[in-house]
Amino acid sequence: MIVCIKQVPMASELPWDAKTCTLRRDLAEGMMNPACKHALEAALTIRQQHGGHITAITMGPPMAEEILREAIAMGADRCLMLTDKAMAGADTHITSYTLARAIEIFCPDFDLVLCGCHTTDSETAQVGPQLAEELDIAGISYVDDLELHERAVHVKRFSDNFLETLETDLPCLVTVNTQHFKPRYIPLSGLQDAFEDLNILAVSASDLGIDPVHIGIEGSPTKIIDVYSPRAEKRNIVLKGAPKKIVEELFERFESMLGGVIKKDLKREG
Amino acid sequence: MSEQVPEIWVFGDYRNYFQNRVTLQLLSRATDLAGRLNASVCATVFGHGVDEWVGEYIAHGAKRVYVVEDESLGEYSTDLYVTLMERLAREYKPEIILVGATTFGREFAPRVAKRLGTGLTADCVGLDINDDGQLVQTAPAFGGNLLTRIITPEKRPQMATVRPGIFQEIPHNYQAQGEIVRLPLPEGLPRDRVRLISSERRPPAIQKLEDAAVVVCGGRGMSGKSKFKNLYELARLLGGEVGATRPVVYSKWAEEDALVGQADKHIRPKVLFSFGISGAIQHTAGIIDAGFIIAINKNPLAAMMKMADVAIVADANQVCLALIKELKKRLRG
Ligand SMILES: Cc1cc2nc3c(=O)[nH]c(=O)nc-3n(C[C@H](O)[C@H](O)[C@H](O)COP(=O)(O)OP(=O)(O)OC[C@H]3O[C@@H](n4cnc5c(N)ncnc54)[C@H](O)[C@@H]3O)c2cc1C
Ligand SMILES: Nc1ncnc2c1ncn2[C@@H]1O[C@H](COP(=O)(O)O)[C@@H](O)[C@H]1O
Repeated sequence: MIVCIKQVPMASELPWDAKTCTLRRDLAEGMMNPACKHALEAALTIRQQHGGHITAITMGPPMAEEILREAIAMGADRCLMLTDKAMAGADTHITSYTLARAIEIFCPDFDLVLCGCHTTDSETAQVGPQLAEELDIAGISYVDDLELHERAVHVKRFSDNFLETLETDLPCLVTVNTQHFKPRYIPLSGLQDAFEDLNILAVSASDLGIDPVHIGIEGSPTKIIDVYSPRAEKRNIVLKGAPKKIVEELFERFESMLGGVIKKDLKREG
Repeated sequence: MSEQVPEIWVFGDYRNYFQNRVTLQLLSRATDLAGRLNASVCATVFGHGVDEWVGEYIAHGAKRVYVVEDESLGEYSTDLYVTLMERLAREYKPEIILVGATTFGREFAPRVAKRLGTGLTADCVGLDINDDGQLVQTAPAFGGNLLTRIITPEKRPQMATVRPGIFQEIPHNYQAQGEIVRLPLPEGLPRDRVRLISSERRPPAIQKLEDAAVVVCGGRGMSGKSKFKNLYELARLLGGEVGATRPVVYSKWAEEDALVGQADKHIRPKVLFSFGISGAIQHTAGIIDAGFIIAINKNPLAAMMKMADVAIVADANQVCLALIKELKKRLRG
């Protein structure tokens, strides 16, 4: 089994630089993306029932090694750390390409690939399906629950108002949502072990035999023009004083807009 | 250079036609974009017994509909639909493919993009054409706290999944004419690798808060359960719903299903009132699609006040009461 995990900035401490309109990623405290953690838990549950070997893979800056340690503490057997300057800035097309090459080289005999259904930072939910495409295997997204029966995977999910039960043969890829598979609590001793006994293999672009121009920001078909905070578009009219006066002014300025939204005439009589 | 009119394609996602109008919303937006590109708006429909949807799409702006009909396509299938879309796109070379960000769309579109070797922007909340004739795709990131504008400069088609409810559909016109291109099921389609064992339609979850045009949200600044109750009166007068922050729900001033935020409800009212809310990112992630925001807070520097259209510096409960009084006066008769 392979679990793809990603480090994301902790939402509560998002250091947004309003002056330069950029995210201070360097300052952000990282954590394992919640859906990825659920995917890892799903893998651990399957291993309890059916045995098997779990490899956790992440592509990211060296700092992302933290979440691999966490994965080992939770119970992953081995980790791959894809890190290379050339890989930075990859969009989902290239991320899935790079992950697929690593899987083909280091885990060619895999049965099941698990991903989170989406990440809290880029939120594309695209890497899972695109990785399945790269590996040319079946993929099922937004999975609530899954079970293994011999060489078949049974999946339950809720898709556009339909409660579906699906079945597919191994090898396949599923992306797991945060409904079930509540991640286990990691005891401190586990974390200690994870620091002492590191089964983490660092992998660079050349280890994967891929040309840097095909990956990272260079190879990505999409380009980011800019990132901005939607708050800047707000009008920001400030009203203060006695509540009664404020309310009167509010209606004076916005009664027709408000009336339009609630479909009522808010004009004052007389 | 071919003389062909460029095409903008919209994937016909008809499975929940009556609840989910995203395909019609996309046809409408595609019509606007087509004007800037001198392009033609097309829809694709895969399935079995789909004439009704073909007619609807033409009535809502499609000038041409590509239809592949076969019994084997009766149930949505990622494997088969992806292959069909790939083959059609290779043959007809659309400039742009738009897909609704439904669960199916978000599983389907990434694989199509991968096969075509092109980029895809997920869950867009804005689509425009820039001066170079490129599709500018606006997508949220970090729980909607930031927006990113993305282009696909070289690869074609340019692809995006688009969040439902962002664009307005064009009113239907059953007189509209459109060309219907019926295509046979291509040879050598792969077998579907995923077997559907059961599929049960569930009644759509009632989304009163999510779909309300007016939401009155209250936070800890309402300072007590009895005062918080006044927000329900205000919401009733406005025909809206009440939302709450986490501390409010924890203190049981409001039910848990009123909780608005990152992991909970995302709301998109046309008008949002925010009473006594500081504007923590976990809460504001749920209100990013709100239209006009009126925030009431004692502290003019609260984050919530900075993201408001109207920031009222005053006691939340007093403003709520004054609003109720004034509304009652104006709503009489
Ligand atoms: C992992 C995680 C997930 C979370 N998820 C959510 C979530 O989904 N939704 C959510 O809401 N929160 C969530 N939170 C909590 C969130 O971080 C904030 O603590 C919460 O949103 C704050 O609620 P509040 O604005 O009501 O309270 P406060 O932050 O206490 O703000 C109260 C505001 O009221 C103002 N005020 C006080 N008295 C008055 C008065 N008399 N008149 C007017 N204004 C007054 C104050 O100036 C202040 O700005 C989460 C937190 C964590 C750690
Ligand atoms: N850089 C990465 N390294 C490893 N896995 C990733 C990476 N990016 C995305 N994934 C996987 O793809 C899932 C969906 O991510 P996203 O498409 O960014 O929403 C995540 O939950 C991970 O399982």
